[in-house]
Amino acid sequence: MIRFLLQGLLRDKSRSLLPVIVVTAGVMLTVWLHAYINGFMGDIIDTNARFSNGHLKVMSKAYADNMDEFPNDLALLDADSMTAVLGKEFPSVSWAQRIRFGGLLDAPDKNGETKAQGPVFGIGLDLLSPGSEEIERLNLKKSLRSGSLPREHFEALISDDFAKKLRVNPGDKVTLISSAMDGSVAIYNFVASGTVSFGSEVLDRGTIIADITDVREALNMPDASGEILGFFKGGYYDDELALSDAGSFNAVHKSAGEFAPVMRSLSQQGNMDQYVKLSSVYASYIAIIFMVAMSLVLWNAGLLGGLRRYGEIGLRLAMGEEKGHVYRTMLTESVVIGLTGSVTGTIIGLFFAWLLQKYGIDMSGIMKGTSIMIPSVVRAHITTPDFYLGFIPGLISTVTGTALSGIGIYKRQTARLFKELEV
Amino acid sequence: MKRLLYLILLAAYPGPPCFPQPDPAEILKKVENNISSENRVFESTMIIHGARTSRTMTSRTYSVGDKQAFTEYLSPARDLGTKMLKLNNQLWIYSPSSDRTIEISGNMLRQSVMGSDLSYEDMMDDRKLTEIYNSRLTGTETVDNRKVYVLELTANVPDVAYYSRKIWVDAERFVPLKEELFAKSGQLLKRMTMSDVKYIDGRWFPESAVYKDILKQGGGTEFRITVIKFNQKIPDYIFSKAALKQ
Repeated sequence: MIRFLLQGLLRDKSRSLLPVIVVTAGVMLTVWLHAYINGFMGDIIDTNARFSNGHLKVMSKAYADNMDEFPNDLALLDADSMTAVLGKEFPSVSWAQRIRFGGLLDAPDKNGETKAQGPVFGIGLDLLSPGSEEIERLNLKKSLRSGSLPREHFEALISDDFAKKLRVNPGDKVTLISSAMDGSVAIYNFVASGTVSFGSEVLDRGTIIADITDVREALNMPDASGEILGFFKGGYYDDELALSDAGSFNAVHKSAGEFAPVMRSLSQQGNMDQYVKLSSVYASYIAIIFMVAMSLVLWNAGLLGGLRRYGEIGLRLAMGEEKGHVYRTMLTESVVIGLTGSVTGTIIGLFFAWLLQKYGIDMSGIMKGTSIMIPSVVRAHITTPDFYLGFIPGLISTVTGTALSGIGIYKRQTARLFKELEV
Repeated sequence: MKRLLYLILLAAYPGPPCFPQPDPAEILKKVENNISSENRVFESTMIIHGARTSRTMTSRTYSVGDKQAFTEYLSPARDLGTKMLKLNNQLWIYSPSSDRTIEISGNMLRQSVMGSDLSYEDMMDDRKLTEIYNSRLTGTETVDNRKVYVLELTANVPDVAYYSRKIWVDAERFVPLKEELFAKSGQLLKRMTMSDVKYIDGRWFPESAVYKDILKQGGGTEFRITVIKFNQKIPDYIFSKAALKQ
């Protein structure tokens, strides 16, 4: 029977070609969009986690209230002992102390006078301890554009675009002008060991990265850290787990003081919540929207097909074929069309998603001035659901469309068939 | 007849008692005569009460008029040798640890001076109050058991750090005892209280002040002048960038 139907579909192109093309196009778009959203959202969450938010973050309560302003005067004191406590309480999380700061970076000429100056965003992290995971976490080796990673104290990395703007080369001296923990002006010299490019407008605009001990010295923050970031050892952000960890920490450390430690999950920081939520629901939204849209299209196609096949169905009914059998054969045909279109669409969609994953699209031009860490090169990320997700709209909507349009078969009156066929 | 008598009495009534009101601009001028000087050299102690700790700094300042000033920090050890030079509308800071002289400009002017409740902007505006503010005498009050004139000042130029000020001026010695600085929105930004008013070299001068940046955490900044000498001979080289590195 299936063979008979397949032959019918192959011989009558108008019955198969258009529906297969429609299903293929829809499935292709579903698969591609899902991979694209996954990649884009995942990159945003991942970049922000690695550079700014962590999967978990411990700060003082007062710091947490004004986190975006890097209020280092409200930093956590005794940061080493707090990190040790966190290591014991949450052994499945890797903890890293960070100091984020803002200021100006001043490049002197040979006479020590200002040659160029620009606003800078700085990160102090553990670059020099043996076994530190921070270099790998920030992908610093791959991001290096010139020079080398800091090997000694007082060395720092500067974002490549910024270094070019300041006319600074590896080995040149730069002066950081910032605000010390006590609020006074901090003026501190670093040697640019190398330049880096992260592919994110926010980071490439003007960043300095130095070892945390040097930043502590520069900002007069002995044994203090603005933030202690936690990263799940599996490498992936789990919002449910992060919220549970933050809840249990805050329940234990519920001291009333404004300098008491408080833990926030990534989704509890700034507007990251909406990104975390969107990343989990976007793919489902897209599948549902496509399923509904394609069902309407295919229903319409089915109706048109039904009209075109009005005579054929009438003849089959007149010859004694049961209405249910005609309906079932049409549904079987739609399953074949849906499967064919879904397989083809999935393959093409995955191919385009792979292209986007490998080469990406440079969107740096439209991301100038953004304040959130969005990767300048947008890439797709192919995941397991991409291999089967397209079958849901591809198959279900095709069958639904045919099922709806095929109901008309049951409305045909056998007694009038011959009269209709005479026309 | 009654009506005529009433009119005569009314015509004869001299009105409410009328005392001469002091001119607010004149009050400000007298204040400026006390506070400003041709030049002065002073040593001061600044106690900054932060949100967590307090710290004390000492410094020596040389100034000529309102246009030139040179400050050298003497303690604590971390700040020893830090120098600041103000020449007209430019300000430089020298950091001995980095051996760099940096001009403080733009947004940096709003930053706090050595972590205190004072900003560089506060140091930089050397125009006379009578030049940039319209003043109004709103009444008299008592501050620290002294009669004071209360003046309200509103800016008449756009480039001022504080749109309006309220100053309580000692009615006898013409020194400010209290001052509040406001933004254009009416938000109180800073409050200052002056005390230890002494008669030095023919002028009344407050030797202590407490500054409080309302938007900043902490208990404010105490500023005490330990030694002050007016009309001294200050060598010209002090007010040069070269002096910063010496």
